[in-house]
Amino acid sequence: MSRISADQVKHVANLARLAITEEEAEMFTKQLDSIISFAEQLNELDTENVEPTSHVLDMKNVMREDKPEKGLPQSEVLKNAPDHQDGQIKVPAIIE
Amino acid sequence: MSLFDNSVSELHQLLHKKELSVTDLVEESYKRINEVDDKVQAFLTLDEEKARNAAKAMDDRLGTDDAKGLLFGMPIGIKDNIVTKGLRTTCASKILDNFDPIYDATVMNKLHNAETLTIGKLNMDEFAMGSSNENSAFKKTKNPWNLETVPGGSSGGSAASVASGEVLFSLGSDTGGSIRQPAAFCGVVGLKPTYGRVSRYGLVAFASSLDQIGPVTRTVEDNAYLLQAISGLDPMDSTSANVEVPNFAQALTGDVKGLKIAVPKEYLGEGVREEVRQSVLDALKVLEKLGAVWEEVSLPHSKYALAAYYLLSSSEASANLARFDGVRYGYRTDDATSLIDMYKKTRSEGFGEEVKRRIMLGTFALSSGYYDAYYKKAQKVRTLIKNDFDEVFKKYDVIIGPTTPTPAFKIGENIDDPLTMYANDVLTIPVNLAGVPGISIPCGFSNGLPLGLQIIGKYFDESTIYKTAYAFEQATDYHKQKPVL
Repeated sequence: MSRISADQVKHVANLARLAITEEEAEMFTKQLDSIISFAEQLNELDTENVEPTSHVLDMKNVMREDKPEKGLPQSEVLKNAPDHQDGQIKVPAIIE
Repeated sequence: MSLFDNSVSELHQLLHKKELSVTDLVEESYKRINEVDDKVQAFLTLDEEKARNAAKAMDDRLGTDDAKGLLFGMPIGIKDNIVTKGLRTTCASKILDNFDPIYDATVMNKLHNAETLTIGKLNMDEFAMGSSNENSAFKKTKNPWNLETVPGGSSGGSAASVASGEVLFSLGSDTGGSIRQPAAFCGVVGLKPTYGRVSRYGLVAFASSLDQIGPVTRTVEDNAYLLQAISGLDPMDSTSANVEVPNFAQALTGDVKGLKIAVPKEYLGEGVREEVRQSVLDALKVLEKLGAVWEEVSLPHSKYALAAYYLLSSSEASANLARFDGVRYGYRTDDATSLIDMYKKTRSEGFGEEVKRRIMLGTFALSSGYYDAYYKKAQKVRTLIKNDFDEVFKKYDVIIGPTTPTPAFKIGENIDDPLTMYANDVLTIPVNLAGVPGISIPCGFSNGLPLGLQIIGKYFDESTIYKTAYAFEQATDYHKQKPVL
């Protein structure tokens, strides 16, 4: 049984903001299917009473003093921007 | 004979007595890079002018109290996912081809304080995703021991540059074995510190709960010195740990009498090649002769680590790599009709195939309806894997096994089959999931290719790892062998 369909792959690609071709969709469907099938071996384990681990060290919220500091100069911030104008980063129009 | 056949402390003595200059060290690096990097292809970007000028200025201070630091003037290579102010940082990805960082990673600030000299930036698998350096968007680094084989990955450039004598030492990063596996393949010493030991600030994030920066060196002693320089709590990384940093060099006694070693049967079982298994058993004999004792143990959930790792690391990656959208930095597509279209085309044109595959897997595992079945399940399995280590470390000081199931494989051999490629990391991944430290040191050869011994320690006990590794290294001469290029 296939775990993931080409339509699902296209849906996931859209969520991930990736444009994929039909060819890529087919390839990813096959590859993701085999990786997900492989991952399903985890179901052999009974984890009902196991707490999930998201972080290995016993750490709670880490706070710092709320002290204002100088930000980066505008020229530095814009240095790597692909497109900017009048001190602002420029992107394609988002409103028609 | 290369200057880099000397250890850090030997070079330091020579500098101090003015029998050697910092310029000599820097020239040694660039001369060797000129000679062999056409073949090895370890470097993506060189910082020649700056390094030479800095060396000259440092030479004026030689012999003064101001130049007493142990790492003063030592040439280092930096993996290209560690941001370096004013020095192009690409993560070996098209999407960051022209990225010029506006700040330094914390490890770079620490190296500046120690006054090492940055020679250049090292090749890697794109965004540290891979085990062979074949996923770099720019070049394929080769294994200096056999140019038809891979150097390992993702820190392939870090390991190959040290093995071929292009730099004295380097920094890499390790998410699932990315320091230890290439160190094993290239016959050098590579350590993944305890999660939290070294600040991740300025390390371009792949999987934030697993990533650690660590040292790649020719000897265990040098490794301890370099770790010393980069360790410690950092206010810029809230996951860096508030624990004391011991003097690692004090562990280099050579005395392992009474040391209790655990050898997981899962690490010597199916899939591990015979010569690899034999090299580990031989290494255990060496340690036994020195007074250590070993017993077989079980880490029963080891076989599930690979699957849990790929779900967790890809999920974290899919979130971390959302920042590459063509807006604030990096590559942007030329032909966008709308904002969403720009995101999609930028990312599709900018990322390589393996990176896209993992973003897809991670997005799927986190998506509505699948989160509990895949992501949360994997997090629970992570707990079981961590518990395995906790249990063994109640009775033993270190865990020993091979670093990789096989020596370096041929370029192109595994590239079309993601699952086979992933299986390379089966012995290193559990260490990242648990967060404990681990090292790979040279322990033999198979058909002229190096083999690595993995020594795993308790949380924040890199010292016992170094103690064990140093004793083994002093009793053997694998680390003295050099590839002929």
